Amino acid sequence: MQYSAKVMDHFANPRNVGDFPDADGVGEVGNPACGDIMKMSIKVKNNVIVDVKFKTFGCGAAIATSSISTEMIKGKTIDEALKLTNKAVAEALDGLPPAKMHCSVLAEEAIEAAIDDYLKKTTGKGLEKKKSHAHDEHHGH
Amino acid sequence: MEKVYMDNASGTPVHPKVMEAIMPFLKDGFGNPSNLHQFGRISSDAIQAARGQVANLVHAKPNEIIFTSSGTEANNFAIKGILAAHKKKGNHIITSQIEHFSVLNPLKSLEKSGCEVTYLPVDKYGVVNPDDVKKAIKPTTTMVSVMYANGEIGTIEPIKEIGTITGEKGIIFHTDAVAAAGNVPIDVSDVHVDALSMSANQFNGPPGIGALYLREGVRILPFMDGGVQEGGRRAGTENIIGIVGMGKAAELAKLEMPQRLSKVQGLRNQLRDGILKNINHVYVNGHPTNRLPGNLSLCIEYIEGESVLLFLDMQGIAISSGSACTSRSLKASHVIMATGVDAALAQGTVLFSMGINNSDADVEYVLEKLPPIVERLRQMSPLYNQKQMKN
Repeated sequence: MQYSAKVMDHFANPRNVGDFPDADGVGEVGNPACGDIMKMSIKVKNNVIVDVKFKTFGCGAAIATSSISTEMIKGKTIDEALKLTNKAVAEALDGLPPAKMHCSVLAEEAIEAAIDDYLKKTTGKGLEKKKSHAHDEHHGH
Repeated sequence: MEKVYMDNASGTPVHPKVMEAIMPFLKDGFGNPSNLHQFGRISSDAIQAARGQVANLVHAKPNEIIFTSSGTEANNFAIKGILAAHKKKGNHIITSQIEHFSVLNPLKSLEKSGCEVTYLPVDKYGVVNPDDVKKAIKPTTTMVSVMYANGEIGTIEPIKEIGTITGEKGIIFHTDAVAAAGNVPIDVSDVHVDALSMSANQFNGPPGIGALYLREGVRILPFMDGGVQEGGRRAGTENIIGIVGMGKAAELAKLEMPQRLSKVQGLRNQLRDGILKNINHVYVNGHPTNRLPGNLSLCIEYIEGESVLLFLDMQGIAISSGSACTSRSLKASHVIMATGVDAALAQGTVLFSMGINNSDADVEYVLEKLPPIVERLRQMSPLYNQKQMKN
């Protein structure tokens, strides 16, 4: 199992690490037993994600997928961000080892959770229908 | 860039004197040792000499050493072969929860074919209680297999005590000594073991060669069917290069054991003390004193082991990690979990395994590079609460 140069770049120089004291939406997914926890914080203006930061407890792939997905949704509208798939995240990193695909799923879920939190705060109603994830089949528990 | 190898638990660098011993046989070790001519004799003489050297390492007789392709093969051979030869007695085996996969997985496959396996728990240091072994014995118990020392957390098991129990009950005792042999003194005439697995690459011999010590008179079914090599118990033309290398490595390990022990243990303690002094929320795994000299297994709280491994690798430092992410199964190490470590903390498991290749400078280099890496990863971790840390 080897990581691509792109994964190693995002792992070694992660973009947008941190959180906002005044975030508009925060989503935290994963659990320590599986090895990863991802926390995404977003700032939203006029339905556009103007800024995003992450904090991740996890392996190289978990940090790299968090990092690149923040880049992929920054400046995007809420609807556009929701369309981001784990496959697109993995492809943007020039692929992930099969055992690490669940990390990209986690990134997608963390973004969705942050948006859900934002919508709850602003409209009082979260996402109507969450995307179905192939999450469980990647996990060994 | 500096290169610091602290992953000796995964494999040790080949000793220069072992390389020297192997070299002539790359050229002249082609003769088949089964043949009577001069070319065959060069090989068979070399194998006999190596058999003596390996036997001497664990105080065995040369005819009690069977060369195998690896420690994994030695474990498979012992477990499957001994059980098959003693089927009439029963099909119950006692082992521990912290064995290597080359013991656990053969046992799992035996379970599928009707054998019964008891997996004994360990205490927080990873020690098997000999009383538990005693209590688990039934009339159908054929074999006990408990490792000599655990390569992941370093704990040395009470082999002599377990051997006394199995000896009294007439039960065969196998021990996986892959992590221990060549690193700590082993005397099979003192501890009552019937079978003991070893691997050359754990004591500065070449990879791809191992051995099984099998006490004289203990029956075993051949691992490979074919010719009469290794007393008909392990057919196949011998790996002369590997065997010569293992022999030399065993000779050196025996000869230099006291010096190696004190050097490696000293470096390990230096690294341990330095890390504990400079980084908070770090916990040492395994037994505090009764452990392998080079093993330093740590749980670093709030971060994940693979990330540490990758960042250290960028600085030229090679270590292992026991986190779920490093394993293909996405589960934290079964060894760490068996000692009762919390699941999140277990993800922060890293293993520094030192060997005769390491120096004071290596320790200093790791002590310089590790703290900022841990700090950086903690800053990135949602589990890390800075306020809490300052208290």
